[in-house]
Amino acid sequence: MSAQKGLNLTLKVWRQKNNKDKGQMETYQVADISTDSSFLEMMDILNEQLIAEGKEPVAFDHDCREGICGSCSMYINGEAHGPGREITTCQLHMREFKDGDTIYIEPWRAKAFPVIKDLVVDRSAFDRVMAAGGFISVNTSGNTQDANSIPIEKADADKAFDAATCIGCGACVASCKNASAMLFVSAKVSQFALLPQGQVEAKERVQNMVKVMDEEGFGNCSNTGACEVECPKGISLENIARMNREYLSASVTSDK
Amino acid sequence: MTTLNSRIPEGPIADKWTNYKNNIRLVNPANKRSIDVIVVGTGLAGGSAAATLAELGYNVKAFCYQDSPRRAHSIAAQGGINAAKNYQGDGDSTYRLFYDTVKGGDYRSREANVHRLAEVSTNIIDQCVAQGVPFARDYGGLLDNRSFGGVQVSRTFYAKGQTGQQLLLGCYSAMSRQIGKGKIQMYNRHEMLDVVVVDGKARGIIARNLVNGEIERHSAHAVVIASGGYGNVFFLSTNAMGSNVSAGWKVHKRGAHFANPCFTQIHPTCIPQHGDQQSKLTLMSESLRNDGRIWVPAKKEDAEAIRAGKMSPLDIAEEDRDYYLERRYPSFGNLVPRDVASRAAKERCDAGFGVGTNETGEAVYLDFSSAIMRYGQEEANVKGYHNQSESQIRALGEKVVENKYGNLFQMYEKITADNPYKVPMKIYPAVHYTMGGVWVDYNLMTTIPGCYAIGEANFSDHGANRLGASALMQGLADGYFVLPYTIGDYLADDIRTGAIPTDTPEFDEAEKSVKDRIDFFLNNKGSKSVDHFHKRLGKVMWNKVGMARNEKGLKEAIAEIKEIREEFWKEVTVPGTNDSMNPELEKAGRVADFLELGELFARDALEREESCGGHYREEHSTEEGEAVRDDENFTHASVWEYKGEPSDAVLHKEELIYENIELKTRSYK
Ligand SMILES: Cc1cc2nc3c(=O)[nH]c(=O)nc-3n(C[C@H](O)[C@H](O)[C@H](O)COP(=O)(O)OP(=O)(O)OC[C@H]3O[C@@H](n4cnc5c(N)ncnc54)[C@H](O)[C@@H]3O)c2cc1C
Ligand code: SF4
Ligand code: FES
Repeated sequence: MSAQKGLNLTLKVWRQKNNKDKGQMETYQVADISTDSSFLEMMDILNEQLIAEGKEPVAFDHDCREGICGSCSMYINGEAHGPGREITTCQLHMREFKDGDTIYIEPWRAKAFPVIKDLVVDRSAFDRVMAAGGFISVNTSGNTQDANSIPIEKADADKAFDAATCIGCGACVASCKNASAMLFVSAKVSQFALLPQGQVEAKERVQNMVKVMDEEGFGNCSNTGACEVECPKGISLENIARMNREYLSASVTSDK
Repeated sequence: MTTLNSRIPEGPIADKWTNYKNNIRLVNPANKRSIDVIVVGTGLAGGSAAATLAELGYNVKAFCYQDSPRRAHSIAAQGGINAAKNYQGDGDSTYRLFYDTVKGGDYRSREANVHRLAEVSTNIIDQCVAQGVPFARDYGGLLDNRSFGGVQVSRTFYAKGQTGQQLLLGCYSAMSRQIGKGKIQMYNRHEMLDVVVVDGKARGIIARNLVNGEIERHSAHAVVIASGGYGNVFFLSTNAMGSNVSAGWKVHKRGAHFANPCFTQIHPTCIPQHGDQQSKLTLMSESLRNDGRIWVPAKKEDAEAIRAGKMSPLDIAEEDRDYYLERRYPSFGNLVPRDVASRAAKERCDAGFGVGTNETGEAVYLDFSSAIMRYGQEEANVKGYHNQSESQIRALGEKVVENKYGNLFQMYEKITADNPYKVPMKIYPAVHYTMGGVWVDYNLMTTIPGCYAIGEANFSDHGANRLGASALMQGLADGYFVLPYTIGDYLADDIRTGAIPTDTPEFDEAEKSVKDRIDFFLNNKGSKSVDHFHKRLGKVMWNKVGMARNEKGLKEAIAEIKEIREEFWKEVTVPGTNDSMNPELEKAGRVADFLELGELFARDALEREESCGGHYREEHSTEEGEAVRDDENFTHASVWEYKGEPSDAVLHKEELIYENIELKTRSYK
């Protein structure tokens, strides 16, 4: 493990009481931060300090602190989840920063993700897109066929798995200049498009999910690719291409 | 005093569940539409239950404190899920899974529940595959398996190191389908703060909307608690930051008994603590033990040199390494169960052979170099490469290891900045899973009629130790396949009840107690933060109620926890208000409950005068440090009834009867 070193930092943090409040940046100092600490541990220390001063701590979403739940959403120095590729904020460690640095910390900004408080935003639009078709319509009663009676080629299974690893964090939306949710939606559509179980309702799925995605106020995809760069799980743009193909063929052949 | 009736059906073990299902009452679909069920928690247990109950036709209201069900703690599970499919033809069967689970749990689980779990395990895999869960496949397109600690067959299904994620997303998609249909009302960012009992039956909950602070009343004909485990009583654990005991503790205070609180699993392969700024610990899946070998230096001076940063593990010659698990347990080696592996690591570190850079030297090595070379050689043979250099073979081997565990290795490197392909990983045991929980009968019902507990929140299936890959199995078994049957039998009495009103005195009283507590926190202008108390509690728990316990330490712990609790109620400060999001307020309520549970936990450990599974009393061990169980006096679940202060709790015993598996000393030698 690298030697522990105490960093002194200036933090510029977005504070916003609620959705109606205008919000503004506040400046705080933190001292003696171990380089082995995670970014969220640094935020904990800031919050302990604020509580000791009788102030309200900064609200931010977090839970697993292992890079898998998709909760921790912040913009750090103008990048979703901060510097470094394929990581979430909880996986970002303070060894990436230097003593004396100033760090800017802001919430996701997108029309479809209204701010709830400080760094916390409402991502429930993703859940509504999922409810519109992000599933395979099978009963949960357990009377399904034996699992090995649906063989799946390893390459397909692996690709489906890669698409399925999306953690629903919203970094793709936050880093897209149009606030498009294409990467997120295409990941789910691709997972099912690659598996035999998902074929039967494939057309309906892609059409419904895209419809709700538009209604929720996500923007259009203009193929800039910023989403892929900031995605902590390396979800690839290929998925968007696959979804476009699915969507196109659904619109051509659909009898709706 | 309530009597414990475990309601285990009559008949031979292999027929109990089938016979039971054939004889319970059913609710017809039209009547299900007029019945409401509340599910608290949307992890694997709650999510699968909510989806299935909705599928059956009940009106479901599901609650979780995260912003989406997809973020429940289950998402973090890495290694895999067990099922007795015997796809590998290595001799697996329902009976063997049943046997391994009972033995692995050190004969402190309920036979009938465990057998049912083993029976339905195979359905889980079918169900998940049908939902599109992308499990690992072999080149023939069939499902792949691996093996996990404590067993000798390959029965674990997995999706790289992200099995929990894939299973939970499967479950969440099944929920999404029902949400879309309007059969599940989803309450995200809501926390249950009390249960409402009317005429002795659970009839609703009081919840707080975490966005605007509103206190809400929700009624139902039954309440299902699926709120996960309470390992965070230790402050540092592998659990998600928000995991807590509150829902289980609230039903306990309203009459549900709490069983075996001291049965906690310490997981052997976690990343060691880096310092006092640490907020949680990270697990390295134990599937790594399939290929990693665990060792420490055989000579103390080498260990000291490593701790001082003067030597690297690579400087230690093969003959100067102590592969202590392989030495002590030749037949299971690095694959001994978690409790055994954890204690063995602690023993070596306590004896001065640890390699951690923290002051106590708490770490041992998990080394992949032999696996890398073995796989590399195999690859070279398969590809027909001859005369490869050592570094070429190593490169081939690293590729194979990357395919199996890539994301885990990456995670390790991100956290520690060390490259585990080149230098052995450092690991140390950490609090991981709680086998204790709300007491339930065979129907998964608590001692409050109409209140159920499923998944990690209940106590029944794992005994004193949980084998790897069996928590996910239990969560999904309870939610998809067990509760949906058993709850029907209870709800059959409610087809004429009609909607449960929320304007009754019972709701008034519960709401008032919730509000009073919130007001107290916001108005108590103390001088210390919630975390201050949580960290202090955690230290006492780890030092005196942790991996090894003794009478003296436990008595001290009980007194110290009481003191911390008293000080908490005097000195805690919670900034902010109740009309907007207030994470400190949420934490305050949870820590208040941990401070009560912590004491009961220590009392339970004190009462249990034996060592078994995750519970290790130093007074009850052999010369070599092996646990000594006392079957004559302790073949029971310790079931606590709430009477006010934790020190007043009354102990009941559920005798555990082993008719099908002979109680034997558990040996992995
Ligand atoms: C890092 C890690 C790796 C693991 N790996 C494995 C593995 O490989 N295999 C295996 O079998 N097991 C594994 N486990 C264990 C397993 O993941 C858990 O035991 C299991 O997921 C618990 O599921 P659950 O549904 O009971 O609870 P959880 O998934 O913890 O869900 C709890 C739910 O309750 C909600 N909740 C809690 N309190 C309240 C409240 N008061 N009000 C409203 N909602 C509330 C939460 O929001 C959440 O939705 C692992 C555990 C960890 C920590
Ligand atoms: S696609 Fe990537 S960035 Fe977008 S939600 Fe999924 S994981 Fe996050
Ligand atoms: S806290 Fe879960 S991904 Fe960061």
